Amino acid sequence: MTLVGTFLGADWQTLADAFGLGGIYALMAVGIGLVFGVLRLVNFAYGQLVMAGAYALAFAYERGWPVWVGILLCFAVVVVLSVAMDWVVFRLLRSQSPAVMLVATFAVAFLLQSIALLWFKPLGKIAASLSSLNQPWTISGVDIRKISVVATLIAFGCLVALVVLLGRTSVGLHMRAAALDFRTARLLGVRANRVITSAVLISGLLAATVAVLMTVQTPLVTPDFALRDTILVLAGVVLGGMNRLISATLGGFAIGFAAGFLGGALPTDQSQYLPSFLFAAVILVLLIRPAGLFTRGSQQAVERV
Amino acid sequence: MRQARIALELLAPAVLVVAVALFGTLVSASTQTYVITTLVNVAIVVALYVFIGNSGVLSFGHVSFVAVGAWTAGILSMPASEKPAIMPNLAGFLRDTTVGNVPSLALAAAVGAAYALIVGLPLMRLSGLAAGIATLGVLEITHNVLRYWEKIGPGLNTFSAVPETTGLLQAAVGALIAVAVAFLYQRSRYGRMLRATREDAAAASAVGVSVYGQRLVAFTLSGALAGLAGGLYVHLLPVNTELLYLNLTFITLAMLVIGGATSLWGAVVGAVVVSAVDSFLAEAENGVHVPGGTLDFPSGTRIVVVGALMAFVLIVRPSGLTGGRELPLPRALARSLLTKFSA
Repeated sequence: MTLVGTFLGADWQTLADAFGLGGIYALMAVGIGLVFGVLRLVNFAYGQLVMAGAYALAFAYERGWPVWVGILLCFAVVVVLSVAMDWVVFRLLRSQSPAVMLVATFAVAFLLQSIALLWFKPLGKIAASLSSLNQPWTISGVDIRKISVVATLIAFGCLVALVVLLGRTSVGLHMRAAALDFRTARLLGVRANRVITSAVLISGLLAATVAVLMTVQTPLVTPDFALRDTILVLAGVVLGGMNRLISATLGGFAIGFAAGFLGGALPTDQSQYLPSFLFAAVILVLLIRPAGLFTRGSQQAVERV
Repeated sequence: MRQARIALELLAPAVLVVAVALFGTLVSASTQTYVITTLVNVAIVVALYVFIGNSGVLSFGHVSFVAVGAWTAGILSMPASEKPAIMPNLAGFLRDTTVGNVPSLALAAAVGAAYALIVGLPLMRLSGLAAGIATLGVLEITHNVLRYWEKIGPGLNTFSAVPETTGLLQAAVGALIAVAVAFLYQRSRYGRMLRATREDAAAASAVGVSVYGQRLVAFTLSGALAGLAGGLYVHLLPVNTELLYLNLTFITLAMLVIGGATSLWGAVVGAVVVSAVDSFLAEAENGVHVPGGTLDFPSGTRIVVVGALMAFVLIVRPSGLTGGRELPLPRALARSLLTKFSA
């Protein structure tokens, strides 16, 4: 069986790539999971935030601006867009059912994507200011691309920072309370808009980070940048279990790792069917554990779509 | 009175379909293509409605049944002499079988139903987000397999050389069949049971309705309609995998939601209204003359407008343009009927 063979024969680069991609997907999963926690909103348009950030990086690269200016611009654009999305669309839909909200984010996703298509044309732009990270480091005779390590480390750092934020600060406490039971949390004095805005802000920051990391490996920025990744991450998040941030994150990491690993290890005539394998696995897991792979007990999902 | 209301439930969407088709006979040939596309869209959206509207479960996967139907009808009705050029690796029995227009459509519906049944058998146990993601997974898998598996179709190639039999008449008949089937289903015992599970799954199963079974019936039926629509589609224009993917999923879902997902009238109205807006914009992307000047939108405007429209309708009127209800009887008619019966 080729699959077993690839497992045994996998090289370090493939493993490192898989970890890097898993880390990036985990960050996206956190961004989606945080907003879902407080708003019960599955944000289909999350990938378009990443896309906007990537265009910001490309914009800066085209004009030859220094790297840090590009990254700053990327963060600014993504965070503004993230908050604007909440203000213009999601805030007005807050009382609607999860199904309506999901379809609405679907609409926003396509709206942003086609705006990008109109604005920047379908051919794509280059954002290669950090491409030096694609060079390998040689560690005891093994070549590993820098970006794989950097992505893994940054993802890990962000997750640790987030754990501290959620666990040790009062905003974090409020967010956890709101995620558990929004109405009761409000009754007990948690300020709803503050909690929601901070969740949206943090998820925007994460999307910007993801944009920076992703453009290193995929410097060609097109209107459907990160669209496929978002679909995979959404699948991963539901797979892991939406109701807890940690399980959503693990689900995101798992699907990113699997995608990176199989994509690198399988020969081309099989890796073209990679999406089929991944989604078949996702469906299989959902059938066995509809509430999520990493959830505890027989918790029923609260939402009814 | 009651019978009039029931009749209207079928007649209103059917008359709208016929009106669109009649409008199509009046316009130029290039505009007629848009009208035909509108009618095919009606068929797809009604297929979506049969499942989503009646069950309340979201499905992102119905375009896969459209695609499977298109593949079936396209492969089987393409002239045998054309097949080797477009589909060099086609499996033997598909290469040697060629059927006419109507059988190809019937087979498209049958294959759509069979595929939906197979997919639905495991998937209908899911609801909520899990169902949404799993059906999205079905779309991804179908797209992926049709794109690369050249034994069962043209792969990355486009379905050219399929007889272009979907004219106004065929599209209108197809849309009317979809409307009639959806009407008969929603008036039937099964349709009612499924709608009961939509309103309250726990209560419905408490009175003995199998949520799983009823969803499966609707899923299979809507798979058949979607397959039929796919057949109509491939006879209309040369399709490929990219045409039957996320964009079509988005736009048909938008039609259903904008019209009102919980009524047949809403599904048809949504399909017609959004198709009309979309066709107008498509034309405007090539430059169109309106009173007072020329409109010339850059290409890509269509999805911006449809997306914005969808978000707007969701915010202002979350149950759709029709409010998700069937067309009510006009007041005057209702009153006269009422007096006639009470007299």
